Amino acid sequence: MREDGIETSTISGIPLRPLYTSEDLPGRAEEYPGQFPYTRGIHPSGYRGRLWTMRQFSGFATAEETNRRYKYLLANGQTGLSVAFDMPTLMGQDSDAPTSRGEVGHCGVAIDSLADMETLFDGIPLGEITTSMTINSPAAILLCMYIAVAEKQGVPASSLGGTLQNDILKEFIAQKEFIFPPAPSMRLVVDSIEYCAAEVPKWNTISISGYHIREAGSTAAQELAFTLADGMAYVDACLERGMHIDDFASRLSFFFDAHIDFFEEIAKFRAARRIWARWMRERYGAQQERSWKLRFHTQTAGVSLTAQQPELNIARTAIEALAAVLGGTQSLHTNAMDEVLALPTDKAARLALRTQQLLAYETGVANTIDPLGGSYFIEALTDEMERQAEAYFKRIDEIGGVIPAIEVGFFQREIADAAFRYQQELEQKRRLVVGVNEFTVDDEPPIDILRIDPRLESEQSERVRQVRRKRDQAKCAGALNGLRKAAAGTDNLMPHILDAVRAYATEGEIMHAMIEVFGTYTETAVV
Amino acid sequence: MPTAVRPVRIVVAKVGLDGHDRGVKVVARALRDAGYEVIYTGLRQTPEMVVDAALQEDAQVVGLSIHSGAHMTLFPAVVDELKRRKATDIVVFGGGIIPDDDIAALKKRGVAEIFTPGTPLQEIVDWLRKRFPDEKTPQR
Amino acid sequence: MGWWWFSDTTSPYAGWASNDLSDPGLLKKFRSGDVRALARAITLVERRDPSVRDLEAALRTQAGAPGVAGFTGAPGTGKSTLVDAVVALLRQKQRSVAVLATDPNSPFTGGAILGDRIRMQRHALDTKVFIRSMGARGHLGGLSLATREAIRLLGAFGFDEVILETVGVGQSELEVAAVADTTVVVLTPNLGDSVQMIKAGILEIADVFVVNKADIDGHLRVIAELRAMLNLSPRRGWKAPIIATVATRQDGVEQLWEAVLAHRRHLETTGRAKELAEKRLRDETAEVAAELARQRARQALEEDPRLAERLLEDGTPYRTAEEILNRSANR
Repeated sequence: MREDGIETSTISGIPLRPLYTSEDLPGRAEEYPGQFPYTRGIHPSGYRGRLWTMRQFSGFATAEETNRRYKYLLANGQTGLSVAFDMPTLMGQDSDAPTSRGEVGHCGVAIDSLADMETLFDGIPLGEITTSMTINSPAAILLCMYIAVAEKQGVPASSLGGTLQNDILKEFIAQKEFIFPPAPSMRLVVDSIEYCAAEVPKWNTISISGYHIREAGSTAAQELAFTLADGMAYVDACLERGMHIDDFASRLSFFFDAHIDFFEEIAKFRAARRIWARWMRERYGAQQERSWKLRFHTQTAGVSLTAQQPELNIARTAIEALAAVLGGTQSLHTNAMDEVLALPTDKAARLALRTQQLLAYETGVANTIDPLGGSYFIEALTDEMERQAEAYFKRIDEIGGVIPAIEVGFFQREIADAAFRYQQELEQKRRLVVGVNEFTVDDEPPIDILRIDPRLESEQSERVRQVRRKRDQAKCAGALNGLRKAAAGTDNLMPHILDAVRAYATEGEIMHAMIEVFGTYTETAVV
Repeated sequence: MPTAVRPVRIVVAKVGLDGHDRGVKVVARALRDAGYEVIYTGLRQTPEMVVDAALQEDAQVVGLSIHSGAHMTLFPAVVDELKRRKATDIVVFGGGIIPDDDIAALKKRGVAEIFTPGTPLQEIVDWLRKRFPDEKTPQR
Repeated sequence: MGWWWFSDTTSPYAGWASNDLSDPGLLKKFRSGDVRALARAITLVERRDPSVRDLEAALRTQAGAPGVAGFTGAPGTGKSTLVDAVVALLRQKQRSVAVLATDPNSPFTGGAILGDRIRMQRHALDTKVFIRSMGARGHLGGLSLATREAIRLLGAFGFDEVILETVGVGQSELEVAAVADTTVVVLTPNLGDSVQMIKAGILEIADVFVVNKADIDGHLRVIAELRAMLNLSPRRGWKAPIIATVATRQDGVEQLWEAVLAHRRHLETTGRAKELAEKRLRDETAEVAAELARQRARQALEEDPRLAERLLEDGTPYRTAEEILNRSANR
């Protein structure tokens, strides 16, 4: 602790010394970027060959409005889209479901059936762009809708590029958007990985996410450890299915948080690459170099933003984005200053993107590869991250693996403990958050907030009812029956889901068909 | 020395479809540590479920958390359901990402207090203590 | 001492004004089927509020006799899910059910977080299902006294079945066994060494064993081990059956309930039910007497400074206690 009572440990509680020297790094071999174990980056040329992808997540209201926003973004030079879905879509239910009330179009775009997906990508050539879709429990359905839209555009699945989040384990651990129990959930993930390996080979089938684990209140080391443990659980599941490691490993990607503790975050990113490379090569025996490389997307920490003096969030986000860049991220989303309040306004969204451009083009930080490599402090902290992660792997192993650990609430308890500890440090002012527990102002002027028209909900509900009325009922019912039967067996479900999607079965109906077979999951109470 | 037991039972619930339960769990722990008996009902509770739990558990207070933006629909729905079940003496407070304008509107609709992100836990505890002083049960 | 029940009030349980809690119209509301009145009455029981005595006396005539099954098991055995599945089955059979979920982990003093409802929320809107979480606080004599009284209230309210659920830690399963007609002990194959989990004493209290999560490896081993242990210790004409369940799929739940009913019939036909009921009444009376005595002792020490002073001087609790009890008796 400092003399003024402020903690000197990292935000995650790792004790730090005032000074690090060469004694902290005895006998260290030289490491190079682009070489195993990739601590210093996966590309030998760093960002000189190619900058990180600036990928801003967006989506709101209806498919029609979001389509307009996408066309605007594409006209302005963006080449990748990133779709945010609303809560009912994320939870696999239709807009007219009773529990969707008040939620339609709020946190993203409402998609109920193939009809909405056709509107969302109307006039956008899917063969020429890449699309990232942030969705998990119903991920397979949304991917099938995307494939079906491409079919209608005459674009073969084999030429589609993009990313599906599709990471159900972190939902059980942190974000809690689960529907089915763990086993059938994992089956769906493996089904989609297996299907894509054959049919949609350019698709990144899963984005194994630490972001939500961190946002739920974990420490940096927990984020790192739990995410990589999830990654290994997916690898194990695919191997169990009979796939070969080198056939799918390079299509696994990761997604991390960039939090406010600058050096700790950089160390986390570096450690992640090193650990993954070692596990893939040494434990899983991957032969191809591309299977060893951990590629990741980063989003700055939503949880670090404050509703108080929200302009400060621009500064926070800039520092977090810098950590992601110095940590070697492949793509980056910078949060808008008003995201803590609601969906970002146009102006706030633009400022967020400009922050990345400023980093890329004004600061010169992308000119040298892993510029902090060799720093006594950064290397020691990277080692510490690795050590803590390995300790967690051991504990998870002792419990019997990731899913048993979920079932007994291990992750949930670790995260809740960390979140509570941090909150107490704030209360005791052992940590300060500018504008929140110190340097506050009394009168905060209100800031502009994007609001969603409540009429949207009834209009979207009417739209899905129309889809249900107009479609070929026999064909739809037949497809859903086929899916139900397949779910009860062991077939890969993707072709069956695709059939149902093509027959304009709604997302809710498709999910329900599977729920009838799989059941739903309720988590262990861990508070 | 142990904290005094406070004679107030609080049902704490996540309404709405989102699963962001960091805040609600931190608040539940803080209330526990302040001596309250907290009944956590978990994620995705409908207003009817929340009120049912509050009645069966004989709670005096209901704490709601939401991050999905549906607060203007769901918070008043809980208040209305309490009215329907003739339990308007049960106090409802809420937390989550809620803009100032909405806070005013929600208070008009019968939500007693709203705590936004960044609120010190002590503030929530102090508010409850003021509302339900020790040595006395709530007014019925 | 800062504990609330030692503060300067007349009743040791009334650190807060008990009169505010009891509602003069409570009995009427209770009789009219107001769920809130039932909930409030249970609160009175939990808080050991003196006014509950009158309520109980008034309700005694209409007391139903619900079947009481206790479920206990280590954390992670899927006990809440199993109870949830049993509730679903009972509802199919048109039986109304109340669940008392007790959490012995909650601290004796201070607050608590009770989370057992989470797994039973699918019954939330069913008026024939009542779920109540009970913390350990305030129960000087453990949970059993309050639980007994709560069961009586639930019976009077008209519930056909009462299920007690508690985590099998410390003494809690013994308390469940003391109150329930049938005690169901829940085990799973995936919680490490199963033999180790079978604590001393559990064979004595289990009327039915459940091996839950029977879809994972090792369940046959657990069943075999259990069977071997049970063969070593037969018990009063009843051999506890072992039922395999997968609560998440409702598998085996029907058989489980059949086993509970079989045990119930066994109690009836052997006369053991009557024996148990009588024993419980005696036990409960002793507990109530202890509670009243405790209350009087504290009151006497508070109200009579000379008595308290003398106690401190000669440090003889026995003599002082006897004196207080004699005084009370003569009053």
